[in-house]
Amino acid sequence: MPPDTLSALSRRALLVGGLACAGSATFLRGTSARAATTLLNVSYDPTRELYREINAAFSENEKNSSGSSVTVRTSNGGSGAQARSVMEGAPADIVSLGLARDIDMLAQKGLVAADWQGRLPHNSTPFTSTIVFLVRKGNPKAIHDWTDLVHGDVQVVTPNPKTSGGARWNYLAAWGWALHQTGGTDASARAYLQELFQHVPVLDAGARGATNSFVQRGLGDVLIAWENEALLATHELGPDRFDIIVPSLSVLAEPPVALVDHNASTHGTTAIAQDYLEFLYTPQAQDIAAKHYFRPTDSTVARSHAAEFPKVKTFDIASLGGWAAVQKRHFAAGGIFDQIYTQHG
Amino acid sequence: MAEATMPVRSRTSDPLPGFRLALFSTLLWIGLIVALPLAALVLRPWQEGLGAMTTALHDGRMFAALRVSFVTAFIAALINVPVGLLLTWTLVRVRLPGRRIVDALIDLPFAIPTAVTGITLATLYGPQGWLGKPLAHLGISIAYSTAGIVVALMFVGLPFIVRSVEPVLRGLPPEQEEAAGLLGASSWQTVWRVVLPSLLPATVSGFGLAFARGIGEYGSVIFIAGNQPFRTEIAPLLVVVRLQEFDYAGATSIAFILLVASMLCLAGVAMLRRRVARGLISGVN
Repeated sequence: MPPDTLSALSRRALLVGGLACAGSATFLRGTSARAATTLLNVSYDPTRELYREINAAFSENEKNSSGSSVTVRTSNGGSGAQARSVMEGAPADIVSLGLARDIDMLAQKGLVAADWQGRLPHNSTPFTSTIVFLVRKGNPKAIHDWTDLVHGDVQVVTPNPKTSGGARWNYLAAWGWALHQTGGTDASARAYLQELFQHVPVLDAGARGATNSFVQRGLGDVLIAWENEALLATHELGPDRFDIIVPSLSVLAEPPVALVDHNASTHGTTAIAQDYLEFLYTPQAQDIAAKHYFRPTDSTVARSHAAEFPKVKTFDIASLGGWAAVQKRHFAAGGIFDQIYTQHG
Repeated sequence: MAEATMPVRSRTSDPLPGFRLALFSTLLWIGLIVALPLAALVLRPWQEGLGAMTTALHDGRMFAALRVSFVTAFIAALINVPVGLLLTWTLVRVRLPGRRIVDALIDLPFAIPTAVTGITLATLYGPQGWLGKPLAHLGISIAYSTAGIVVALMFVGLPFIVRSVEPVLRGLPPEQEEAAGLLGASSWQTVWRVVLPSLLPATVSGFGLAFARGIGEYGSVIFIAGNQPFRTEIAPLLVVVRLQEFDYAGATSIAFILLVASMLCLAGVAMLRRRVARGLISGVN
């Protein structure tokens, strides 16, 4: 290329680059003038639609009550991956993740206060869910409880507990059920899970992936899923295609929320982020949550939605020793889940 | 573009204008984009002492995952060689209608997000899929087995073979084949003794690239693989698993082993390629 072309090109590049910079600068100034405060809620995958609606309601409330304009942005992804991105510097003011353990990791890094779980009602869990079964319409394999999952040629779809937070709830629901059977011991629970995973043909990496495998690709006879995902699948894709089966015992799934103290104080958003977290417990937000198939913790709202949520007997993670212990025992490298696969691998 | 219409001066008499600038930006760019991340990757596993790496080296599951990755990548690349050669031949030598479309289609696997590829293949080969359903009747299951991994890797690997061989075949004068024919060679002999030997070095590098890509492929595989530890779990998935455990040292240890293995493969292919090329030249002389 002759030198004059090069310089002409670089002149053009400079011009274009300069214009782009100037453009984005005006754009940035424009938006920052309009949006007084922006909050970032780093959340896990199945809450995308839920938080879109809650965020809009919160912004409107703020405008009406104090006249201030607040925009809440949401980032969605797998719970563990989201925790990691906050750990590595994603500017989250709030995290709402699939398991307490993921927020514990942030507390370990000093991003979240160590006592985070005690700072908001219900273990910092504004709405809960549980683990249920989704089966094909008419329940052709007659699946009613956990025992039925390991009968004959039943194929079970559940994601990989190693890569999916949701799958850990599934796994622990099964574990807890097995422990609570008469004569149930750690050994019998382990034997049950080993048998269960022999009926799992695919370990999808994430919960939505597993739902897709079951719903769209027609894989398997039963999907172990969060109740909100199961309800969503039936309502969105037609109640004529699937039935929801509630097992005799399941786990109380508590996806918690927390203020990311370190980031919020840097951004000067601590107060407003705290308001946002408290807003999640108001009847208005609780009602939105119920609409998105999460179980409200507010008893009045819960009563008004009682018809949509079947009664279910649950145990919580604390009864298994809490997330730190559970994580180490079951899902760490060489833990019980790994042993299940090592044995028949 | 303006530069396309400019007369191009011969390169030997005129060094690249702004040579220093070009060299500087090249080195800076390669440094930032390639060398720096690689250095970080190589250094990270040792950060917590030798422990992480030695633990990683004793992990049977990791070896199983590496075996799955290498074996499936090898098989996929191997199947792609004859398929790719045939495709390239048709593309270059046969005046097909719609040749340009086929030509563009071949590059598509480079461009589609790998997850989209994976989801599409899983749907296609799944128990209710267009291909999966009839195959299931025949008792063949592709999805959620190692066969599924091979299918995904064939899809992402094919363009490497075609695009490696294509320029060589294009540069090969058809007269050579005609001459072989005139000298009494059958068409099989022509292909076997004249065409294929000249394409061999390019084929070997295409194979090597497809193979290396296959070892590291993640997105398109995890949707169709089944991801069962010890059976259909690929090494890159195990990296993600370790990351989910917040086990950075473990993850980077596997990544490091993958990196070294892939580099060895590429080096091996380069050596093989040189040897094949040298053999060809000495054969001609």
